[in-house]
Amino acid sequence: MGWAIALHGGAGDIPLSFPVEGRAPREAALRHCLELGVAALKANRPPLDVVELVVRELENSPCFNAGKGSVLTTNGTVEMEACIMDGNTKKCGAVSGLSTVVNAISLARLVMERTPHIYLAFDGAEAFAREQGVETAHSSHFITPENVERLKNAKEAKRVQIDFTEPIKGTIPSSIGDSQIGTVGCVAVDGHGILASATSTGGLVNKMAGRIGDTPIIGAGTYANSYCAVSATGKGESIIQATVARDVAALMEYKGLSLKEAAAYVIERTPKGNVGLVAVSANGEVTMPFNTTGMFRACATEDGYSEIGIWPSGINGDLEYPNK
Amino acid sequence: MGSWAIAVHGGAGVDPCLPAVRQEEARRVLSRCLKLGAGALQAGLTAVDVVEMVVRELETDPVFNSGRGSALTRRGTVEMEASIMDGRGRRCGAVSGLSTVKNPVSLARLVMDRSPHSYLAFDGAEDFAREQGVEMVDNSYFITEENVSMLKLAKEANSIVFDYRVPIPGVDSCSAIAGLMGAKAEGGLQMNGLPINMYAPETVGCVVVDNNGWCAAATSTGGLMNKMNGRIGDSPLIGSGTYACDVCAVSCTGEGEAIIRSTLARDVAALMEYKGLSLQEAVDYAIKERLDEGKAGLIAVSRNGEVAYGFNTVGMFRGSATQDGFMEVGIW
Repeated sequence: MGWAIALHGGAGDIPLSFPVEGRAPREAALRHCLELGVAALKANRPPLDVVELVVRELENSPCFNAGKGSVLTTNGTVEMEACIMDGNTKKCGAVSGLSTVVNAISLARLVMERTPHIYLAFDGAEAFAREQGVETAHSSHFITPENVERLKNAKEAKRVQIDFTEPIKGTIPSSIGDSQIGTVGCVAVDGHGILASATSTGGLVNKMAGRIGDTPIIGAGTYANSYCAVSATGKGESIIQATVARDVAALMEYKGLSLKEAAAYVIERTPKGNVGLVAVSANGEVTMPFNTTGMFRACATEDGYSEIGIWPSGINGDLEYPNK
Repeated sequence: MGSWAIAVHGGAGVDPCLPAVRQEEARRVLSRCLKLGAGALQAGLTAVDVVEMVVRELETDPVFNSGRGSALTRRGTVEMEASIMDGRGRRCGAVSGLSTVKNPVSLARLVMDRSPHSYLAFDGAEDFAREQGVEMVDNSYFITEENVSMLKLAKEANSIVFDYRVPIPGVDSCSAIAGLMGAKAEGGLQMNGLPINMYAPETVGCVVVDNNGWCAAATSTGGLMNKMNGRIGDSPLIGSGTYACDVCAVSCTGEGEAIIRSTLARDVAALMEYKGLSLQEAVDYAIKERLDEGKAGLIAVSRNGEVAYGFNTVGMFRGSATQDGFMEVGIW
C-alpha cells in the first residue's frame, strides 16, 4: 500500500528520430507535473484534487494535445474535451466541445460537483462555464503554430491524424503510420486506496467539427472505481469500442487479474498502434502499457520508484530513474 | 445457435397509476415494433439493420421519449441523442445534441458507416446530417403539447424530471396516492418534482441477435425533462446506455447519471465474458449490484438466442420475441 501516481502526455507514433528540441520541453513538463503531483500526494491532498491539478498543468503546457497546444479541427478551431472520475464515489464529470475554457478538466469537475448532470457539451458547456466564472480565453491562447502546421499537413495528406506525424515534405508517403499521440491524463491513489482519474484532450488533428473521442466517455478513456484508476490515450474510436478504461477494472474485479495483467490484457487486444494507458491500483501499484511506438509518461510510488519515459524501456533514448 | 431473438423497450420507470388507455397505447406501439423486427429477422436481415429499423419506428411514434415526443430542455427545445452498436466487430456510432434530424438513430448509423469517427454532436452532427441528406425537420416537429405542459410543471417544481418514477415506500395504492396529492407539507407526493399521475414518455431501445448469431443494440432519447442545454446522458455513450459484442447486446434506460457511473451496458457483457455468468445472471447482477442508489432498467440478448430484461424501477415498457414463436409485451 502507499500512494502512487502516473501521468501521460499521449501515446502514438513518436518516432525514435524525434528531435531533441521537441523532446526536452516535453520531458521537462512531464517531470514538473510529476513533481507537482507527488508533492500534493505527500501533502495528503485527495487524489481527486491531485489528478485535477496535474491535468491542469498538462493542459497549460503547449507541448501536449490538451488546453493550450490542442490540435485543430478541420475548421481550424479548437474543440476540447475532458473527464474526471472519483473512484471512491464513482461520481464523474465530463465536457466536450469547449473552445474558450482555459482548463477543461476543471470545468468537468464543476459539472460533477455543481450540476445534477455528468456531461455537458458545446454551447451548453460554454454557457455553464460563464455561469461558473471559470477562466476563459480567446482561441488564440490555445492555438500554436505547430498545430496550424499539423492541420495543414493533415489536409494535404487528406487523412485524420492523431498528432505528431512528421511533416510531409512534398509527397504523400504510402504509409505514414497512424500518429496516435494526443491527450493528457493522470491517475492517482492515496495511502487509503482512494483512487481518481482525469483525462483531457484537443482530440484528433483535422477532426470533423463536433467529433467526440474517448476522453469524455466514462469507461472508454477515463474510469476509476475501488479497484483502479485508468486514463487512456490513442485512437479514440478504438478506445471507445474496446471500453478500455472500464475493462481494466472489470478484469481485475471479475476475472481476478492483477493491475498489470489486466492492463496488458486490454492493450494486447486493442489493434496495434492504437492505444496506451496509465493506471494505478488501490494497493499503490502502477502500470503504463502501450502498443504504440511510444507514450509520453511518468510515474512515481511512495516506496521511491519513479520513471519518466517516451519509448518502451530499454529503447535507445528512453529515460528511466529507478529508485530516484 | 442460429436462432434469432429481439427485445425492445420504451423506458424504465412507470407511473403505477398509469391510466389503462395509456398502458394500452404503449403496449400497442411496443407490439407493433416487435412484430416489425421479428418479421425482418425472419426475412434474414442482419441484427444492426433490424435494431435501426425498429428504433426508427419507436422514434417516429410520439408515445415514447425519443424523436417526436422527446423531453424538452430548460429552454423548451429538443436535443436528441442516440447510439448504435454492431456486435460484429464492435463498430459503433453515436450522436448528441440533434435538433432537426428526424431519426437520430439513423444518423448514428451513418456516423458509424460513413464517417471516420464514432461520435458527432451538436452543430457538427447537424452539418453531417445535412451533408448526408437525411430527413430534417423544424425543431417544433418534435415538441408535443404534453411535453410543453410537463416542462412548465417541472420548472414550477424547479427540478429535473427523470424518466422514471420511484414509488414512495409504504404508499402502494392509488387512492392513498391521490390523498397525498393534496398534501401541502414537505413530503407531499412529488416524485422527482412532478405529481405522480403525470405520464412521462421514455427513452427507447432495441437489441437483436440475428440468424447468424450476431448481436446489435441501439438506443435513442430526448433525455431529461428540463435538462440543462448541452447535457448528454447515457443513451449515446457506448458502454453505458448501449453495448454490443460477440456475446450479447444491451440497451439501458432510466437514470442516465446512474447508468453512466455503472457503465451498465458494458458491465452486463463483462460479467458474461469475464465472470462467466449467463445472460440472465449478468442482467440480474448488474441491476442489483451495480446501480447503488440509481434506478434503471435494461434489455439484452445473447448470441445463443436468449433474451432477458431487468429493472429496479416500478415498471419498464418492454417487449421480446424469439424465433420459436414466443412473444411478450410488458410494463410491470
